[in-house]
Amino acid sequence: MDGAAILERLQSRFGAAVVETHAHRGGHTAVVERAAIVDVLRFCRDEAELGFDMLSDLTAVDFLKFHGREDGPRFEVVYHLYSLAHNHRVRLKVRVDEDDALVPTAVSLWPIANWLEREVWDMFGIRFDGHPDPRRLLMYDEFVGHPLRKDYPINRRQPLIGPKI
Amino acid sequence: MAETTRHEIMLGEGAGTGTGQDLQLGMGPAHPAMHGIIRIVADLDGEIIRKADVEIGYLHRAFEKDCEVGGWNNAIPYTDRLNYVSPLINNFAYASAVEKLLGIEVTERCNYIRTIMSEISRVCDHLTCVGASSMELGAFTVFLYMIKAREFLWELVEDVTGARLTISYGRVGGVKADLPDGFEAKVRTAFKQTREVLDEVHRLLTGNRIFMDRMVGVGALSREETIAYAITGPLLRAVGVPYDVRRAAPHWAYDRVDFEVVTQPDGDNYARYLVRMAEMEQSMRIAEQALATMPGGAINVDFEGRAIDPAAYVDQGKQGKTEGLLLMPIRLSPNLQGQNKPAWDRVNADDKSVVLPPKETTYGSIEGLMNHFMLIMEGYGIRPPAGEAYFASEGANGELGFYVVSDGGDRPYRVRCRPPCLPPMAALHRMIEGEMIADLIPTFGSVNMIGGELDR
Repeated sequence: MDGAAILERLQSRFGAAVVETHAHRGGHTAVVERAAIVDVLRFCRDEAELGFDMLSDLTAVDFLKFHGREDGPRFEVVYHLYSLAHNHRVRLKVRVDEDDALVPTAVSLWPIANWLEREVWDMFGIRFDGHPDPRRLLMYDEFVGHPLRKDYPINRRQPLIGPKI
Repeated sequence: MAETTRHEIMLGEGAGTGTGQDLQLGMGPAHPAMHGIIRIVADLDGEIIRKADVEIGYLHRAFEKDCEVGGWNNAIPYTDRLNYVSPLINNFAYASAVEKLLGIEVTERCNYIRTIMSEISRVCDHLTCVGASSMELGAFTVFLYMIKAREFLWELVEDVTGARLTISYGRVGGVKADLPDGFEAKVRTAFKQTREVLDEVHRLLTGNRIFMDRMVGVGALSREETIAYAITGPLLRAVGVPYDVRRAAPHWAYDRVDFEVVTQPDGDNYARYLVRMAEMEQSMRIAEQALATMPGGAINVDFEGRAIDPAAYVDQGKQGKTEGLLLMPIRLSPNLQGQNKPAWDRVNADDKSVVLPPKETTYGSIEGLMNHFMLIMEGYGIRPPAGEAYFASEGANGELGFYVVSDGGDRPYRVRCRPPCLPPMAALHRMIEGEMIADLIPTFGSVNMIGGELDR
């Protein structure tokens, strides 16, 4: 199935829950309502025609300083799906605001979501509702803040021992 | 009759399933068998791992954050340090992701160079993985043999890039330099030596009773679980799934060479070993075919003039003595072979807004100097239109993906690396739970954890 057909399929199945679709440089994207994301992911995995059996990546983007998007929802959580059987890909996105940075977890669908969601929480401070093990993944527990947020200065130091700068 | 428990196998009939008192053992982060720095907190019942918690992040150095503060090409040295056993693949994959975002095509010769150098790197990576994990099982000879073979290949890498490890050879829009003279002959010699080593290792390990006892049936993961954990690369092919990005989405020159996607059905450590051993041969096959069919041929210098020492060339250019320099070939130091102007056009995309001009042009003409400055100065440089792109290539450990987002500026808005060894590490506890603690060593070795790309 080519990317445009996948997006059409998602739109016809979920209607208004698919907020927006676009294609750029051969990559097809659907922006999905937060409440519907788990249903959309499940549909993508279980529908035979789509057959997305792999959650190849889950990450986020902070749009705080993105030219022209400073006022919109601050974060996008980005899911990259791949189908081994059909050899096609799709990108799904969920937009969330900073003061309500909570997305339903996908751990029940793919176990790899466990670590990937932990990393997004660690790096961006987006929480995943229902996550079984919501610890940081890369940083240590005492770390304050979320380093990949655009308002986290790159030169801030948080040494565990020694003087705090 | 009740099934014999593992406890009974070890301690005799009637030993039951265990005492119920688990011992918690923390392995790492500084443990000799942890290949760098990760920590496994294992709950042990006797020698059996009941539950394991894998902690990572000890090598986190903010790769993704660092990429956001420099220009698009400034991330290249950081990508070297992702998978430091096969850094060339990271270089090229990142460069290709940015090229996809820019919508430019690199030259055919560059595609072939990327293919050849990636395959040489893949052999290096597999040699290191198999060598190191056999060493931990006591096969020290194998380690020495394989590191010897890797040395032959690293000499090739050094010839091309000028460095052995932190090579920074890829560029957005091309590569740093063309292949040096006589490269094909050197590759032929190095591959011959590597094949001899692989043959020796096959005779030492494949079928070796001690080795097989430690590897067969150990650390196995089912096909369903491997896919659910998004594991790719040799570990996925070891459960019989013929997924290889080189075949599924051919990039560079992979659609013009013949190779076999090696699979094994069992999914245990031994299957992973067999896949890696067979893949090395396939990689060498790809590199040989690509070298034989590579377009470009010899470098044709179609102008006359005396050769000049590169340092003197730069000095004169800086003093403004540029008259006549433009057409003068420079003699380059061995490590910078292939950086001269005729080579430049063949390995770099024809796009002045992306690719730095060759040094002769930069120092020899005002247009070249302006072109160079426009790409280097802050606020100028490479400026992909706002948008996003995901590019996947087959790293030595599996699908190496780069997701790049641009806001139209001269620096990446977001660079996300999909590290190929994160999914197997997330599933590591599934491979070691229920097995003996000694089995952790070959299993962890077969995962080929590379701290640089795992922790970024």
